[in-house]
Amino acid sequence: MKLELRDVSYRYVKDGQKILEHFSLTVDSHERVGIKAPSGYGKTTLCKLLSGYLKPVAGEILLDGRPLSSYKGYCPVQMIWQQPEFAVNPRLRMKEVILEGDQVEQRVIEGLGIEEDWMNRFPAELSGGELQRFSIARALGRRTRFLLADEISTMLDLITQSQLWHFILEEVKRREIGLIAVSHDQELLDEVCERQVALDKIGAVGK
Amino acid sequence: MKRWNRRQRVLAGLILSVTFLAVVCIAGSLCTQQALTTDLSQKNIAPGAEHIFGTDWLGRDMLMRTLKGLSLSILIGILAAAVSAVIALVLGVASATLGKTVDSVITFVIDLVMGIPHMLLLILISVAMGKGLTGVIVGVALSHWPSLARLIRAEVIQLKESPYIQISERLGKSKWYIVKKHMLPHLLPQFIVGLILLFPHAILHESSITFLGFGLSTEQPAIGIVLSESMQYLAMGRWWLALFPGIFLVATVAVFYVMGQSVRKLIDPGSVHE
Repeated sequence: MKLELRDVSYRYVKDGQKILEHFSLTVDSHERVGIKAPSGYGKTTLCKLLSGYLKPVAGEILLDGRPLSSYKGYCPVQMIWQQPEFAVNPRLRMKEVILEGDQVEQRVIEGLGIEEDWMNRFPAELSGGELQRFSIARALGRRTRFLLADEISTMLDLITQSQLWHFILEEVKRREIGLIAVSHDQELLDEVCERQVALDKIGAVGK
Repeated sequence: MKRWNRRQRVLAGLILSVTFLAVVCIAGSLCTQQALTTDLSQKNIAPGAEHIFGTDWLGRDMLMRTLKGLSLSILIGILAAAVSAVIALVLGVASATLGKTVDSVITFVIDLVMGIPHMLLLILISVAMGKGLTGVIVGVALSHWPSLARLIRAEVIQLKESPYIQISERLGKSKWYIVKKHMLPHLLPQFIVGLILLFPHAILHESSITFLGFGLSTEQPAIGIVLSESMQYLAMGRWWLALFPGIFLVATVAVFYVMGQSVRKLIDPGSVHE
């Protein structure tokens, strides 16, 4: 499977300044690509475009040659948000959050170190790191073909960070899921990704 | 004595209000017969030990009539407000989730209903429905939903932007799932407060149109009937006929208002800053 951005431009406000301009990128489902840029350069915007949360003002986003927007129902490109506390409904118990995913396997839940008794808790009763594990598990459903990780470990301690990344890497390699990791942490990207793309102030320059 | 904190005071107010309403309702349903029996030997008695609210020109006990009238009004208020709030919830959510066309149609209807004076709409619907209990309930229900619907619509539009709802959409969840799992639980507190705050309106409007003769029939001892019949005796110095039912009506409305505010304070801690 191939995820492709063709000549994509995006701006938040009509006639406002462009965040991305004529940006192209192709990621294969067995690839691990890193995207690095300082804040405000459009990393999250790029992730949201790639996973269908936003629609480009120009250009196309294709998944296996078909426009991403034509995939109804479960989106094979899943994004993990930077702040897990906004990514889960504060009124749902964690087991219901997991059920929102596409038949998330027990192996994934255990691999991410999610403990059995967290399942009956509400999001407010878990720490950021614990919540992020649920976000990751939910995104790793059965039909996920591409995983977008938008600064997912910025607020985690080093041990948790390495634990989670270790599992994610193992999982994406095993299931041939394409990984797009966004971070400003150069060391992390060097460790996780096979190739890296730097975002320019507008548009991008490949490395 | 230890001072009560805000939550305890609010809870105490809430319990008192509920008790007041429960007592009125139960007493009202127990004294149906006494509210209707006439005793011409006891007519036009001023308030005293035997009849603390006095009696009317047919010798009916005014305390009984007030209680019965209020309990009837509360019943109508609860029914009408509940129907109204459900209409508001359904239309508010539909407006915000079912696309632009549905939204513009519902917004237009909201503006339309809000543009017509409440009383006029109420009288028209009540008369069209053949007055009586059904007419009043349908009239109050159909004229009171727009402001709550508008509130719910705005809330849902804001809610739709939350990441967890967007994620749910990308996870292939249906609109119905999202409404049921993510939106309704979030809207519930606001819905309940809106519902309770609709009661006083419903009661007042029910009494008003009954007073004006477009509501309940004169056989029913509704508070509006009691008040309108009493009007002609005021000039004859029988002040108690209108005073006590009037005070009780105002008190009931105030109690519902206090209840609504209390519930709002309990479920929305942010209101502490108001």
